[in-house]
Amino acid sequence: MSEPLLEISNLDVGYGQAQVLHSVDLRMGQEAVSVIGRNGMGKTTLCNAIMGLLPVMSGSIRFRGIELVGLAPYKVAATGIGYVPQGRRLFTSLTVDEHLAMLARQARGKRWTPTEVYELFPRLAERKKLSATSLSGGEQQMLAIGRALLLNADLMLMDEPSEGLAPTIVEQLVATSRRLVTEGIAVLLVEQNLSVATAIAERQVVMVSGQIETEISSQELLEDADAQRRYLGVESLEDTEA
Amino acid sequence: MTAVMSGAANALLGRRGRNVPWHRSLARLVIIAAIAFVIVWVVVLASGTSAGSAVSAPSEFLKSILNALTISGIYFIVASGFTLVFGLMRTVQMAHGSLFLLAGYFALEYQLDFLGVTGTPDRGIVGWGDWWLPLVIGVVIVSGLGLFIQQVFLRWNQGQDLRQALITIAISIVLGDQMIQHFGGVAEPITLTHEIHGYVNFAGIRYGIHQLFVIGMALGVGGGLWLLLKKTRTGMVIRAGVDDTPMVQALGINVQKVFAVAFVLGSALAGLGGVIAGSSVTTLAPGVDGQWLLHSLVVVIIGGMGSLGGAAAGSLLYGLATALAPVYLPTDYAYYSIIATFVILALVLAVRPYGLFGRPA
Ligand SMILES: Nc1ncnc2c1ncn2[C@@H]1O[C@H](COP(=O)(O)OP(=O)(O)OP(=O)(O)O)[C@@H](O)[C@H]1O
Ligand SMILES: [Mg+2]
Repeated sequence: MSEPLLEISNLDVGYGQAQVLHSVDLRMGQEAVSVIGRNGMGKTTLCNAIMGLLPVMSGSIRFRGIELVGLAPYKVAATGIGYVPQGRRLFTSLTVDEHLAMLARQARGKRWTPTEVYELFPRLAERKKLSATSLSGGEQQMLAIGRALLLNADLMLMDEPSEGLAPTIVEQLVATSRRLVTEGIAVLLVEQNLSVATAIAERQVVMVSGQIETEISSQELLEDADAQRRYLGVESLEDTEA
Repeated sequence: MTAVMSGAANALLGRRGRNVPWHRSLARLVIIAAIAFVIVWVVVLASGTSAGSAVSAPSEFLKSILNALTISGIYFIVASGFTLVFGLMRTVQMAHGSLFLLAGYFALEYQLDFLGVTGTPDRGIVGWGDWWLPLVIGVVIVSGLGLFIQQVFLRWNQGQDLRQALITIAISIVLGDQMIQHFGGVAEPITLTHEIHGYVNFAGIRYGIHQLFVIGMALGVGGGLWLLLKKTRTGMVIRAGVDDTPMVQALGINVQKVFAVAFVLGSALAGLGGVIAGSSVTTLAPGVDGQWLLHSLVVVIIGGMGSLGGAAAGSLLYGLATALAPVYLPTDYAYYSIIATFVILALVLAVRPYGLFGRPA
């Protein structure tokens, strides 16, 4: 593993009194890591805790050596984390172009500007003036990613980006994510889609009931139908055929 | 039974095929009939009223319309600030009327001070600077006060409507009492400068220049706000923040800063409205704060929360009702003109529960 970019240690997070994450530890460098787990296991909770959107009970989250716990979300983002939340969370009152224009100022002169985003996703360029709500699911996801790219972050935090997308769009998503990694952007991916998770990241961190249960490689996970069933609840091909 | 009525109502309105509940359609029908009746009444039938029908007394009619537009313009200035704070940012700001009145009082105080008089001055001695400088001072003071209220009391209570309401009502009571203490209970006007007060005759009708000035101010405020919300980054962030504040923050934007700007702007508009209204359509007196909070609420309810177009439409409708009802109701009933407002509210809400331009939160 390369030098740690993000280092989460002993993280406890909850909603009010109800603790959801239990002493989560995660270290990653400039690489792609995927967090997998069934519904309700605490994956989104982890993302929100990293972004400062949820109060942390105890533990630490260090990013490039900066302690994120206790920082306001906008300061967390400004340290260099681009967040693509679950369900996209686009702004209903804004057009496609406004989503990007809103963030254009700090992107000026950097790698990712609105122009670059439109080049990456030409479909968005054709729909500039439309309300974000009138986009298809795939286009919405492109916009959510494009918006996060404008932060020109060192780490992209993506929460189930493949959720509800058609297979061809998912392929494009995988290609885009891999391209980001080759460009030097780290990707922390939350996924329930086995093929997406394994195509983007080599390291698969398994989350069960708010704890990191284990970590396995993509290769191992792909070959282990039992692990797939346990960690993701997917039926392997043999099972369905039987 | 309902199906039949629904079918009948829909057929009458030519809305076949659209799935509109029959009572909505019926309300639409009532509204169309009401509008038609009001127009016919004002144009030809209104002979027993103080203004007389529009065909028999066209200059009375135009004068009333000009009055309506003037009052609409002031409603709009005050209510656009309210819709920014309450409608867009969802901050319950029940002290909006207090800021309105307080700005008026400060402007009055400074105007008298500049002129070195104690009673209402003669308009002839009120120059440009004796009016707009007090205006600027009043607006700046209440903007600062608005910022203080937001930073100290409201930003900790985002999304807590009841707390915000109670806090701001408390503030308005405190401010109300303090204003009585400092400015007294006697109704006083701000005197508009003679530079913009006056009349021009055109095509046999007398226009108040100051009225045109107020209408122009309202248009300017509307245009400025529209540009701000639609074309600037601040405006985009305000709109996005209203949709999903945490998400805007997670994109590296300090929403609190932008919301503070919007709150200051909303307070400034309350103050601007207060000085302009105090110089034209109202005097400054205890209780005026509550009246203008109510005016803002009515406009925003008619027009729809958080919509600038809605605030404009609401102001126009409300202004027309308040200015035309007293002169176009039969003389014996002019006393009941206040009811026109409630009729409009009821009719609008019957067809559009979120107001003319509103949408569900
Ligand atoms: N706002 C909330 N208040 C209270 N409990 C919550 C809240 N949000 C989530 N939880 C609980 O926290 C646990 C983890 O939820 P989380 O959303 O992190 O799961 P997830 O792994 O992202 O699931 P999914 O795959 O369905 O997105 C769940 O048991 C959930 O009920
Ligand atoms: Mg989730």
